[in-house]
Amino acid sequence: MNPSASADATTSALVSRPEHSVDSPLAVHAMTVAYHRKPVLWDVDYDATAASLTAIVGPNGAGKSTFVKACLGLVPRATGTVEFWGQPFRAVRDRVGYMPQRESVDWDFPVSALDVVCMGRYRKVGWFRRVSRAHRMAAMSALERVGMADYASRQISQLSGGQQQRVFLARALTQEAELYFMDEPFAGVDASTERAILEVLREIRDSGRTVICVHHDLLTVAEYFDRVILLNMRVVAAGATSETLTDDNLHRTYGGRLTLLSEASEQLARSGQRQP
Amino acid sequence: MIESSEPTRFMSDLVETLALPVRELHLVFFGGAHNTSYVIIAAALLGVAAGLVGCFALLRKQSLMSDALSHATMPGLVSAFLIADAIGGSAKSIVVLLLGAAVSGVLGVLGVHWIVRNSRLREDAAIGIVLSVFFGAGIVLLNYATKHASTPAAGLNHFIYGQTAAMTRPDAITMLAITLVAVVACVALMKELTLVCFNDAFASVSGWPVRRIDLSLMGLIVLVTVAGLQAVGIILIVALIVIPAAAARFWTNRLPTMLAVSAGIGGLSGYCGASLSAVSPKSPAGSVIVLTAGALFVFSMLFAPARGLLPELVRRLRVKLRFAVDHALEHLALTADQSIRARPLPIGRAMRRFLHTKNLISLSDGSVQLTPNGLARGRRVARNHRLWTQYLVQYADIAPSHVDWSVDQVEHILSPELVAELEAAIAEPPTNPPPTQSGVSS
Repeated sequence: MNPSASADATTSALVSRPEHSVDSPLAVHAMTVAYHRKPVLWDVDYDATAASLTAIVGPNGAGKSTFVKACLGLVPRATGTVEFWGQPFRAVRDRVGYMPQRESVDWDFPVSALDVVCMGRYRKVGWFRRVSRAHRMAAMSALERVGMADYASRQISQLSGGQQQRVFLARALTQEAELYFMDEPFAGVDASTERAILEVLREIRDSGRTVICVHHDLLTVAEYFDRVILLNMRVVAAGATSETLTDDNLHRTYGGRLTLLSEASEQLARSGQRQP
Repeated sequence: MIESSEPTRFMSDLVETLALPVRELHLVFFGGAHNTSYVIIAAALLGVAAGLVGCFALLRKQSLMSDALSHATMPGLVSAFLIADAIGGSAKSIVVLLLGAAVSGVLGVLGVHWIVRNSRLREDAAIGIVLSVFFGAGIVLLNYATKHASTPAAGLNHFIYGQTAAMTRPDAITMLAITLVAVVACVALMKELTLVCFNDAFASVSGWPVRRIDLSLMGLIVLVTVAGLQAVGIILIVALIVIPAAAARFWTNRLPTMLAVSAGIGGLSGYCGASLSAVSPKSPAGSVIVLTAGALFVFSMLFAPARGLLPELVRRLRVKLRFAVDHALEHLALTADQSIRARPLPIGRAMRRFLHTKNLISLSDGSVQLTPNGLARGRRVARNHRLWTQYLVQYADIAPSHVDWSVDQVEHILSPELVAELEAAIAEPPTNPPPTQSGVSS
């Protein structure tokens, strides 16, 4: 695939496709993402359903986190567009919340649980200003919602993995967003935290908002999520969990049918290098 | 630098008051050269600024970048000197020299970023390359300047190792002004810098311009570095950015406190270093400043209550002692309850005396008796031991003979809530009901 061809494909796709409804919280068209010229996502199309709890599922290296990061502009897209309620991300930032992977930060950082949750309000606080009492109260009530009020003043390294995950969830809650991206919210947590997080996610969904989670546990997908994206460098299947999570689709996601795609990626990555 | 006479007089009054003790000292030894007071105050404020900026540099894992930056200032510094000399300006104007230094320092940082972006090299390698190449270029230029410039270039040497004794009053005022800007900016941007240091991806998604905030942090490092060149020197200025922050981390788990402690350590280092070198002008101020900071670092690492090594050791020994006491009481309680003839007690004389002073046992004519307190605690431990063993055997499928070590650890640390949960868990399964023992308080 050469760049101009893919650009043409993008344009024609956009032209032929009917305008996406502004109700769709997330619409991804022909998105390709590459790290060091090596594509990790190929021509991804996806339309999120509002008021849903959606899981992104796929094998290691399938590009699940990359999908989320590319939607949020954290990694550059090679081609394609991402729209939120029919608008670019920049215009609707305040309506989008994000809960990164727990391992992505240094938990030895000298801040308390409440400090971290307050960070969800910083944007509302604005430049140079100190966090006001009202914002602190909002952060505190978010901690209460995830059952962490007693740990508000704990330094974050003194929290267990599950508690750290809850703090991150509380921070996302204080963003008061309408669409949430969460990167492995259930990774490495204890059973009671898993229940508590799930409960909060369901509350969010039931209030008409949308949650998209990177999820690693196939056993719980059907129970926890009402929609699913099966991802392996491209979207293999997406839709209601009951219809999408079939043996055949799982086999296509986790099986070896896409080896050509990863081989092509490797070759693209090598194409700029001198051959030995 | 243009200043009206009012603030100038205020400044000089302030400076004189603040530096009174040192001035006295100085007058005693030498009979006052006035500008040392300025230099000392400027050095102290430099320490404060470096301490503040250093915290964020440390937390952003950019400490080494400040080393690349300081070394990269060298060619710019000498170039500025040469250019000013060639066009007949005052080649030793501190503002001109520091401007040159800042420009090439920034170029050095950009060089590091450029290498990282356009190669597979990591930042440490890129920093090593930029640091040495720029510094080498600076030395070559310095050689050239020494031989060919019409203004004597000897003073430029001081920028390598730092020399407060050679600083004039305008030098000190320039330094003061730059560091003041850094301190104010650091305090103003505290929230933004904290967020980016902790979690840049989250900052970016929630709409903060992470690149620009990173740039302002870099700008702050540039300011501190350039301000400190004359006093501390190119080679050692990195220490003033890294050491106070690293030392402060041992004292606290809260960022505002860390900033305050770091600023204090930096300020104290600057003050002591500049004072000492004012008293004996031959001693290189930069080294003295850095050595003071180093001494404070060692002290912090060893003794700081929050994270220092010795307090940590004491805490661990305390826990060990608690475990030992628990074991002794458990043994005594078991012997007492089952009215077995006590085997030789595994309790040394020191332990016996310790338990006695804690009012956990009473010693009457050579026999050891548990006090009610001691008996309750011993029974509690024994009960925890039983509960945990039962739990492991029942739920974790561990053979009873294999659980001893973990039980011996866990029995001491079970909280009342966990004990309640254990009781519930063990009481629940219908198979194999556990032998309940009543009358034991928990």
